[in-house]
Amino acid sequence: MSGLVVIGASYAGVQASLTARDSGYAERITIVADENSLPYQRPPLSKGFLLDLESEESLILRDAGFFEKKGIDLVLGTRALEIDTRSRKVLLSGSSELAFDKLVIATGSHARQLPINGADLDGVCYLRSLHDAVDLKARLHDASEIVVIGGGFIGLEVAASATKLGKKVTILESASRLLERAVSPVVSEFLLDMHTQNGVDVLLEETAVSIEGRNGRVAAVLCGNNRRIPADIVLIGIGGLPNDQLAKSADLKCTNGIVVDDHGRSSVSNIFATGDCTSHYNVFAREWLRLESVQNAQDQAKAAGLAIAGDTGPYESVPRFWSDQYDAKLQIVGISRNFDSQVVRGSIENGKFSVFYYRLGRLIAVDSINRSGDQMAARRLIAGGISPSQEEVADLSFDFKSLLKAANSAGA
Amino acid sequence: MAHIKFVQRDGTESVIEAGSGASVMLAAVRNGITGIEGECGGCLDCATCHVYVDEEQLSHLPAPKEDELELLGAVTATRKPSSRLSCQLKAPFPVDPLTVYVPETET
Repeated sequence: MSGLVVIGASYAGVQASLTARDSGYAERITIVADENSLPYQRPPLSKGFLLDLESEESLILRDAGFFEKKGIDLVLGTRALEIDTRSRKVLLSGSSELAFDKLVIATGSHARQLPINGADLDGVCYLRSLHDAVDLKARLHDASEIVVIGGGFIGLEVAASATKLGKKVTILESASRLLERAVSPVVSEFLLDMHTQNGVDVLLEETAVSIEGRNGRVAAVLCGNNRRIPADIVLIGIGGLPNDQLAKSADLKCTNGIVVDDHGRSSVSNIFATGDCTSHYNVFAREWLRLESVQNAQDQAKAAGLAIAGDTGPYESVPRFWSDQYDAKLQIVGISRNFDSQVVRGSIENGKFSVFYYRLGRLIAVDSINRSGDQMAARRLIAGGISPSQEEVADLSFDFKSLLKAANSAGA
Repeated sequence: MAHIKFVQRDGTESVIEAGSGASVMLAAVRNGITGIEGECGGCLDCATCHVYVDEEQLSHLPAPKEDELELLGAVTATRKPSSRLSCQLKAPFPVDPLTVYVPETET
């Protein structure tokens, strides 16, 4: 028997293998990964790792002994080049091939490149992998001026870390506010104030036209208004794109990622896909989404692992994200994009507040800054389809537990 | 080396060694202890690493800080006086082995 082959050894690939094994899948399991590192935690790469609070060793999520114990073969430093769906084989770098009965594609995403002059200069960085983080950390050591292109999660987290390290940071964001695709204006405004108060220059509605070099190294960023910002490092964080080339070449259905059902199954029944590289219909957002998050990678992979083991348990978790910047803990549950009304709970001035978003009277998402209690309650409210009234939300003395208890006793 | 004894709901026990500075959550994740997710990697964002500490050992551990308490106020499983987030319990421990009980559900 040729068993299960998994392409990718980050959160999604490892979780799918693990859930399949723990749910009774008894055949051979092989994970193939192009990186040479053991599976590692990615969120700290832009935070604790840059600040030296985490080492490469402390980032390791699963060690070699773990895979051995689970009877999972881990093949590192090997790239999957081609999937033959008919003969059920994956062609690997080094001209070897692996036969499979079932396949999981967990290839993640890659950084969108910025196509401007000078983008290939030494000192232009992206941050997706441990390799990128090691490089950025080494460069930060001797750098004094950083220009961050893109005010999304990666850009803002690196800006906060670099500021903590005493660097002069400038953020260029082409949109009119920060984190535009993830949070509402009230949260964007708070983030802008926080970064500004910490000494970061945030330039909104501003784009990089080219990057100037000196002796092959980054020297400055030229902006749309002819402004020139000196830089030793230019960090580009303008979003990610799915690694779905393998799937496309194998004729799997792809639209903004590999299209999967709520068991992580692709358009070919014995091939699954999970994590950043997939697009799924999200029951909470009520639309097709490609999510780049640890929660999505793990929960979707659990659904796929169960299906591989012949069990069932559809993927129906509420999307969750988080971001730590300075002393602010931003947590997000749900997808707020299409909200039609909102209510703030807590104090924006004190940096402890949540924003509850509604659409047609239904609670669809909650962003919290330093109010993790709200966030925990919100996860259960949204998962249970419970919508507190806006008066209840605004009233700090109101405890959401009463609503959750009422729903439980009503058999919800 | 510090040791952690994980006790599952059905009474199954596993003893794991944790290196200095490693948290109970990380030791659990690295060794595949069922029921401890550690989704956020230990930055107090998720509450998916809730455990009950052995009641006799509890008073020997450093008390939880405010943000841990806030998350504990909203864990899915029953909150008990012995509830802790295992990402905040770091080796070396004042007791050996540190005994923790895995709650019924984690979300």
